[in-house]
Amino acid sequence: MSAIDLSDLTVWFGHGAERSDAVKSASFSVDTGESFGLVGESGSGKSTVLRAISGLIDSWAGTMQLDGKPLGRRRERSFYKAVQMVFQDPYASLHPRHTVDRVLGEVLKLHGFSDIDARIDKLLDDVGLGKGFRFRYPHQLSGGQRQRVAIARALAPEPRIVLLDEPTSALDVSVQAEILNLLSDLRAERGLTYLMVSHDLGVIGHMCERIAVMQQGRIVELLDVAQMRKLSAEHPYTRHLLDSSVRAVRQA
Amino acid sequence: MTNLLDIENLRVRFPTRQGHFDAVRGISFSLGRERLGIVGESGSGKSMTGRAILKLIRKPGEVTADRMQMGKTDLRTASDRQMRKIRGRHASMIMQDPKFSLNPVMSVGQQITEALTTHERISRLDARKRAIQMLDAVAIRDPERVMGLYPHEVSGGMGQRIMIAMMLIPDPEILIADEPTSALDVSVQLSVLEIMDRLVTDRGMGLIFISHDLNLVSQFCDRILIMYAGRIVEVCQAGKLHEAQHPYTIGLLNSVPDLQHPRPRLDVLKRDPAWSAAPSVSALT
Repeated sequence: MSAIDLSDLTVWFGHGAERSDAVKSASFSVDTGESFGLVGESGSGKSTVLRAISGLIDSWAGTMQLDGKPLGRRRERSFYKAVQMVFQDPYASLHPRHTVDRVLGEVLKLHGFSDIDARIDKLLDDVGLGKGFRFRYPHQLSGGQRQRVAIARALAPEPRIVLLDEPTSALDVSVQAEILNLLSDLRAERGLTYLMVSHDLGVIGHMCERIAVMQQGRIVELLDVAQMRKLSAEHPYTRHLLDSSVRAVRQA
Repeated sequence: MTNLLDIENLRVRFPTRQGHFDAVRGISFSLGRERLGIVGESGSGKSMTGRAILKLIRKPGEVTADRMQMGKTDLRTASDRQMRKIRGRHASMIMQDPKFSLNPVMSVGQQITEALTTHERISRLDARKRAIQMLDAVAIRDPERVMGLYPHEVSGGMGQRIMIAMMLIPDPEILIADEPTSALDVSVQLSVLEIMDRLVTDRGMGLIFISHDLNLVSQFCDRILIMYAGRIVEVCQAGKLHEAQHPYTIGLLNSVPDLQHPRPRLDVLKRDPAWSAAPSVSALT
């Protein structure tokens, strides 16, 4: 069964003559336990798809299904328990005046957990930070540590599906490797489904089994990792994208 | 052959409440008519090195060196007035993000011709002609139209090419590019780099290319300095990067996911305190 099923999804901003369609009738589905990648350059609408799924944008048409159940404009609490998102910039997505303890505690409380204390310690252990980080503020953490906190926050309600919006693009390659390893481990342990957005095909190729390539709001091609590695893309834009990233890594 | 730039024992430090913080700790290198890459993680001091060369580090930051020679000028004693002549004419710098580096209230044309008229006695008409030629050289279509646009009306890739045009138009001998493409999409990155590479080679400039992306640098440079915690840990010939010895360089190379050589897990750097304690490797030629 598919965890996420989108068909004919259109997302727009503005009204009337000002209206611009950021996503134009996109359709794809993500199987349960799969890791699916969305690739494209800036402005192609890949982040908008994630935001529409998570309920951050109202102006959409088409159908979105979660585990076979259609999603409406308003999301129920159970939706937010099942689906969580990790944002791109760990410097902007954590409240500067809240400690790690408060960030995680708030989420746990909202989702009605009672053993908050033990859960916070467990979450921090799971993302490789440990209890020592519990009462720190974001400015006392490095970029990689902040992103670990953001991942812990996303994992707090024990979701089945995690939406990842360029989770490592603000980080150094050495830190990126740590975070990607952490994400792979968490997925294996908890059987998570990932929908990941990135402009870095190396990262997507490492993390995902299938990808959708977006250009100007449309999905131009769907392909699996084996096809990606063989560079056997049909669409000229995908080929261009693959070509530019392969040339960027070839001499390693 | 004489070097364009010789730097010996460069240090950049900032006072903090807990004492001094040394961003750059005694590095030495020289630049000939070549493409020199400086690679390192954030906080390794690579950008500070670039800024120190143009004396762009403000107080309370301190820059000290045993030698800072650019052509005939001793940069250590150069006055602000002399520095303004040097910047642009002899050495210029391309910054990371065109959104923050272009003047939002001046048109593209005004900004480019200003770079030219500051350093040369040239008529407005000739300056305009040269600016249009330069925009054409950085592969901007319809340069006449672009001259009249404001920075918010151009895309990121175009903005970066406009920056390159602006920095190259006074024909400097040294170009310092500080992460010139990290704000751009992968598909645009290469074309911007190719343009930069071609212009630098054609004009016989010395290029300092600062980046965190080791693979990218290895394609566009002749020599690479790898920086860690304010010091140079290794100097490599770009073509021989795979023969790198230092565990930090090898660690950086192995931590990048590669589309064509998949691995179940990525290698994670194990940082050794000895790396930052070891003396800086000299990159003088």
